[in-house]
Amino acid sequence: MLGKTANGLYWMYRYLERAENTSRLIETGQRISLTRSGSGDDEWTSVLQTAGALESYRETHDAVTRDGAIDWLLRALDNPSSVRASVNAARQNGRLVRTALTSEVWEALNAAYMDTKEALARKVGERELPAVLGRIRQSTGLVRGATHGTMLRNDIFDFARIGTFLERGDSTARILDVKYYVLLPSVNAVGSNIDNVQWETILRSVSGRGGYKKAYGDQIVPRDIAQYLILDRRMPRSLYFCASKIKGNLSYLASDYGEKGESQACIDKLVRQFMSHDIEAIFDFGLHEYIQSILGSFGELGMAIERDYRFYE
Amino acid sequence: MENDRVFDEMWGRDDSLRSPYANFHQWFDDEDPARLRAKQREAEEVFRLTGITFNVYGRAEAEERLIPFDIIPRIISGAEWQKLSRGIEQRVIAINAFLHDIYHRQEILKAGRVPREMIARNEAFLPQMMGFDPPGGIYTHITGIDLVRTDAGQFYVLEDNARTPSGVSYMLENRETMLRMFPELFSSNRVRPVSTYPRNLRRSLAACAPAGAGPKPTVAVMTPGIFNSAYFEHSFLADQMGVELVEGNDLRVMDGRVMMRTTRGYKPIDVIYRRIDDDFLDPLNFNPDSALGVPGLMGVYRAGNVTIANAPGTGISDDKAIYSYMPEIVEFYTGEKALLENVPTWRCNEPDSLAYVLDNLKDLVVKEVHGSGGYGMLIGPTATKKEIAEFRKKLMARPGNYIAQPTLSLSTVPIFTKAGLAPRHVDLRPFVLMSPDGIEITPGGLTRVALKKGSLVVNSSQGGGTKDTWVLED
Repeated sequence: MLGKTANGLYWMYRYLERAENTSRLIETGQRISLTRSGSGDDEWTSVLQTAGALESYRETHDAVTRDGAIDWLLRALDNPSSVRASVNAARQNGRLVRTALTSEVWEALNAAYMDTKEALARKVGERELPAVLGRIRQSTGLVRGATHGTMLRNDIFDFARIGTFLERGDSTARILDVKYYVLLPSVNAVGSNIDNVQWETILRSVSGRGGYKKAYGDQIVPRDIAQYLILDRRMPRSLYFCASKIKGNLSYLASDYGEKGESQACIDKLVRQFMSHDIEAIFDFGLHEYIQSILGSFGELGMAIERDYRFYE
Repeated sequence: MENDRVFDEMWGRDDSLRSPYANFHQWFDDEDPARLRAKQREAEEVFRLTGITFNVYGRAEAEERLIPFDIIPRIISGAEWQKLSRGIEQRVIAINAFLHDIYHRQEILKAGRVPREMIARNEAFLPQMMGFDPPGGIYTHITGIDLVRTDAGQFYVLEDNARTPSGVSYMLENRETMLRMFPELFSSNRVRPVSTYPRNLRRSLAACAPAGAGPKPTVAVMTPGIFNSAYFEHSFLADQMGVELVEGNDLRVMDGRVMMRTTRGYKPIDVIYRRIDDDFLDPLNFNPDSALGVPGLMGVYRAGNVTIANAPGTGISDDKAIYSYMPEIVEFYTGEKALLENVPTWRCNEPDSLAYVLDNLKDLVVKEVHGSGGYGMLIGPTATKKEIAEFRKKLMARPGNYIAQPTLSLSTVPIFTKAGLAPRHVDLRPFVLMSPDGIEITPGGLTRVALKKGSLVVNSSQGGGTKDTWVLED
């Protein structure tokens, strides 16, 4: 496979995942702003921050408003994490690697692109928002489904999966990083209304409310949320889960190609860390510092993969 | 019928149905027009979804457009096709022999059959190719011969495409779409398949690999990139052949070979089916500003370690000034009269011809010698006075840059419109593969159709559409 093709596959799936993550963040923000008691648009500042879009938003807007934030996250082409920009970029990369995709995957991707283009051609009003977000997630979900149903399990699939899980892990880590303080043990705030809202924000951002309840029961405990999102092996968006998926695909690549690179060493180390850590130790180490170090590891891993598999000249 | 002189391929002048269309028309008559209209929309949806688009040049944002597809097939009888394909084969053999001659002993120039300055001052002539033998002796691995028809047995070659002819993906996808929409048509008509093209192309390219390539040569399609107007076709062909689609920045010359950067290091390529122009192949040899090419590629080529298809320098055989000499060229190399006729052509670099052309601009089609895609041409009969006056200035400034031809009354084939069948002008581009193993012509080719009533411009960049082209087993 061409290095360029590996690069295109990796980014196609990263951007698809990003489109989904951003749409989930918008949904969460919208939900919170409808149900919270107080006023103000604080929630949108933190949503923008989680999406990594706060800085660029501030450069072009005076104040953080609900409408402004939603449009920036949904439609702005100047915001590379917006749903529209992400789907566009996924399609562009898909065209680049068209020969590596099955026709079902390509057609699903193309349909997702056309759907999104149509749905986001104009500003999306409050009333249409849930339906539009649902439609976009459905159409990107079809790409994933076609990928699972029709692609050979070879290096093409490996790069697609690595892109997906690196983006996903990165997203979960950023959600935690922005909200880490909510999860810290605090004498005063425990049980208060604000906390409940914040915790819910976190769980909703990763579509993890139902899963959490099943795994940990009705009581929402900050420590359990951290355990759930960082170390839980069953939660498909937890950091550990994402890292172990990447490890799996990188080791398939290593055995296919008959050689290991820097990236295998990187991911082995990261997964070993997750296996040996427990949540108490993480809190002792400092949740924020811990997440920062994980984000750093993901970044290094991404660069090692680029080098090992010759994405660029 | 708009004009009695126009030959319609479905209907005779006495409104009788021509025989190749008998079966089809029976089916068409029994169909509910509403269902057909729905099918037409469905076909468009298929094209849109599969991304069969072309990019439009000259727009700020790369815009992808669909080429309109018409569901009425263009049908050619087996006997007609056999006659045509003999003429095509003869022409392609002559073109290849001409190229070999031009880049070696230049016998045809010595014999005075083609004027020396046609070559010497031609930008498409590549001195780097002099004395060089391309692997397998093949210059034109893929050729597209543009044909038009004016009467029952009367076809003319409108132009030869010996550089990087495009459109074959539409030929293939049009058939796929028809098979999907109207499977029943293919049980009641025996239509010769076209789907073997990608396999034949790969085999044909592999057969032209350099001697040292080994039993399983590595073939790659080389594209200028995602923003090229024919990018869809490049990726389509690579996909269908099961080979890599590469750009210049995936390639590098190492150890005397052309190598592609793969996830497992650099791997040699034996045959490059390039879809970029000569000028951009190798910045060391041609355009130094080209970011699309591979520095040193020509060196590897000249050392006999890679095949470039089509060979660099083939443009010398398909430019519109050389075109006018094709009857002589065919005769010179094959010893036979050309089976396919040329359209009568005035070369504007000849004073008498220029005078005639200037006097008759309103009746003629004037084309740039190096132009393509229907750009930069004048169609006298439909042009305004102002357009003609402006063109006259351009023509007088650089007469050698133009040729002129009479406006042919191109044949028509009906398209499906809201009001039922309506005749529209068409042309035909058959695709020809050449290798040391022989010549292979896909039955049919790409039929382009001018969708506007009366229009003669079939180019997709100018609002033309396409049709599925059937060659029947007689």
